[in-house]
Amino acid sequence: MKTITMTLVQEPELYLECYSVTPDQFAGKSLAEIADLPAHEGKIQWKLGDFFKFEGKAGETAADTKIVVNGNVRKMKRFGQKMSAGEVVINSDADMYIGGWMTGGKITVNGNADTFLGIAMEGGEILVEGDAQNYVGSSYRGDWRGMSGGLIRVKGNAGNDIGTAMTGGTIIIEGDAFIHVLTHAEGGTVIIKGDVEGRVGGQMVKGDAYVFGNLLYPLPGFKKVATVEKEVDGATYTFDQYIGDLGERKVKKKGEIIYGNLYLKK
Amino acid sequence: MVNSMAELLIKNGFVFDPILGIKGDIADVAIKNGRITDKVSDKAEIVDASGKTVMAGGVDIHTHVAGPKVNVGREMRPEDKFFRGEYRGGVLKQGKRMEMGFSVPSTWKTGYAYARMGYTFANEAAMPPLFAPHVHEEFRDTPIIDQTAMPVFGNNWFCFEYIKNDETENNAAYIAWLLSATKGFGIKIVNPGGTEAWAWGKNCSSIHDEVPHFEITPAEIVTGLIKANEYLGLPHSVHIHGNNMGNPGNYKDTLDTLRLTSGINTSNKFGREQVLHNTHLQFHAYKGSSWSDFESGAKEVMDYVNQNKNITVDMGQVTLDETTTMTSDGPFEYHLNQLTHFKWANLDVEIETGSGVVPHIYDKDVRTSGIQWAIGLEIALFAKDMMRVYITTDHPNAGPFTRYPGIIAWLMSEKARQATLDTMKWKDKVIDASNIASMDRELGLYEIAQMTRAGPAKALGLLDIYGSLRERSDGNVAVYNLNADELPSDPALIEDAFRNTAYTVKEGVIVVRDGKIVAEPPKHTLWTKVNMPENAQVMHDIREKFSTSYSINLENYPVFDENIHNARAIELDAN
Ligand SMILES: [Zn+2]
Repeated sequence: MKTITMTLVQEPELYLECYSVTPDQFAGKSLAEIADLPAHEGKIQWKLGDFFKFEGKAGETAADTKIVVNGNVRKMKRFGQKMSAGEVVINSDADMYIGGWMTGGKITVNGNADTFLGIAMEGGEILVEGDAQNYVGSSYRGDWRGMSGGLIRVKGNAGNDIGTAMTGGTIIIEGDAFIHVLTHAEGGTVIIKGDVEGRVGGQMVKGDAYVFGNLLYPLPGFKKVATVEKEVDGATYTFDQYIGDLGERKVKKKGEIIYGNLYLKK
Repeated sequence: MVNSMAELLIKNGFVFDPILGIKGDIADVAIKNGRITDKVSDKAEIVDASGKTVMAGGVDIHTHVAGPKVNVGREMRPEDKFFRGEYRGGVLKQGKRMEMGFSVPSTWKTGYAYARMGYTFANEAAMPPLFAPHVHEEFRDTPIIDQTAMPVFGNNWFCFEYIKNDETENNAAYIAWLLSATKGFGIKIVNPGGTEAWAWGKNCSSIHDEVPHFEITPAEIVTGLIKANEYLGLPHSVHIHGNNMGNPGNYKDTLDTLRLTSGINTSNKFGREQVLHNTHLQFHAYKGSSWSDFESGAKEVMDYVNQNKNITVDMGQVTLDETTTMTSDGPFEYHLNQLTHFKWANLDVEIETGSGVVPHIYDKDVRTSGIQWAIGLEIALFAKDMMRVYITTDHPNAGPFTRYPGIIAWLMSEKARQATLDTMKWKDKVIDASNIASMDRELGLYEIAQMTRAGPAKALGLLDIYGSLRERSDGNVAVYNLNADELPSDPALIEDAFRNTAYTVKEGVIVVRDGKIVAEPPKHTLWTKVNMPENAQVMHDIREKFSTSYSINLENYPVFDENIHNARAIELDAN
């Protein structure tokens, strides 16, 4: 794998849309061609080279390309958006839409990530060493198609609306989350190792939510059906299993009604 | 910059004008003071159209581009704009405003995109009378193209009562009053009786189902409104979206509806020959008893249409896109929501109508979508008289209007149809349930001109203004990058030519050059002004209903003059 390092040399005045920073766009290009790729600040179109200096070499393919981002890119969005392979490492906090719509490859954020992390993601892996904000692995606002595959792991805390309209894949929040987890989901798994304020699985048709800590306000649309042992993220625990959302429409598979599951660690 | 008072000469193009019977002859088109004329002076600006195809500006007879339900579609679908903005793969800013939205474009994109395709007129197909000001305000913000709006009458309590009592004259007077109050163009019917029944959680799925609490049937509503329309002699005929839309087996209900015109003729001063326009026929030409044995009923329906000159239709072609359905057919939208569980909006408009909005995905890999695609094309390919069958997508219900160029390519090229069929996962099942694979007919440019300008302009009763390059018509012209002597064998090139004109001219002003918007001259809103003596009974009825059944005062109901953008009244004296 070839590595290309981009280092911040000029901070944008507003927020910069770095949708061009993906292994797919960098692969097979010279450093000069990469520096020429577009980036938007509001309605103004710039080049990546106006903000970053580039070193190293891009691979021939996305899978063979690793991008390392250095400098404080807290005000920059959309790193790894729609990427299909390869790797992006951000050694800083980053702004919104990191890894949105990605289909493969890996993104590591060695800091915090803002809202819309991995939204509508189809595959690949995102690792955030710090916190994430709202809408992790959710659908775009208004859309009914959330994360459908891949893995998002947030080592810190997350905000609201985790896995909204999710249909597949796994989200692991190692810290706490606030409200709205797996709302409207039709599949997928969300594991929250810390506490959750409430509203887990509202209007959920299918999917699995795990809460290791305290769920302060559970929804009335869930009922307890069993106590089970399950292996989750490499270790085995005992959970109380609830099914729901009982107020939502039901789908059947091979004649049996499917429910969403909520597992609360004992 | 050219102004509308200047002269323009479009030279040496292959001209297609079905009204003048011109079939690709090389000719010049002259425009002076915004109108087509026989000759211009040597000061005229010259447009070199040699090697290109020249037609009158396109006319869309049925589209949903303005008003409350269109705006609900915009509001409920932020994702319809995503990745389609200026720097996300969308159109770069050309006109005064940014363009956005795919299936429910902004008003600005609507005007620009029609103009780029060579269209200069579009008829908004369903205006809830109570919300007419909103429709007209969106017209004001839709650049370049002229527009009309049809108020919906098929679930209106006034009409129900006049029809029940067989009071054609009063019904006609009420309709004339409403056209004036809303600055509307003609009579639209959507699911007659069914949308009213929906207010009670019911529907009228055949033309003989009685409307709850009114003791009349859809058949009586349609017949009564045709009678009133022809009593007045309006420019356009009754324009119907019939009962039981979108359900397997409905081709029988459609034939029942069409048979209501049997023996009815028209005498109007606008040159219109039909008494009923059945819109988006694709949605009404389904055989089978359920979605599992669903198949094409296009042949059965078109056999009837072909034999009856007093009927016109448009296609409602499915374009195999993710789009947004929106109709005044409240129950239909509810059933669609129950099928897909996509988000749903529903609205009841007091004593006039209702509506619903639900996104929909016509997926080439879903059997139903493939068969719907085939049925739409079959409607055109079975047609004998292309002056009575028009290209539409019932925008955005079966797909966005921006896909018309692709429909033209499908109609002109069997290769294009085969290529699309070949991409379908259930190709064999689509072929089994339709006739499309056996149809080798390929339409020519003359027939496309019939289906996209001459025919719809005639059916709308607006042939004096649009649809032809006759003298005194508005100077609306489309010049396409197509050599009529050597049409490309690659259908993609046909599609490209119809997507972006070489030139679009609106009332003598070049508005599109090389596929880009270059000017935005004033546009017009047309409406139908019936001159008739005030009908005391009807005015009494109106005042009474406003005091008992409406949420607003009569004085606040009519559209104010300042709401109407550049009004152009089509006047007539009632019989
Ligand atoms: Zn329609």
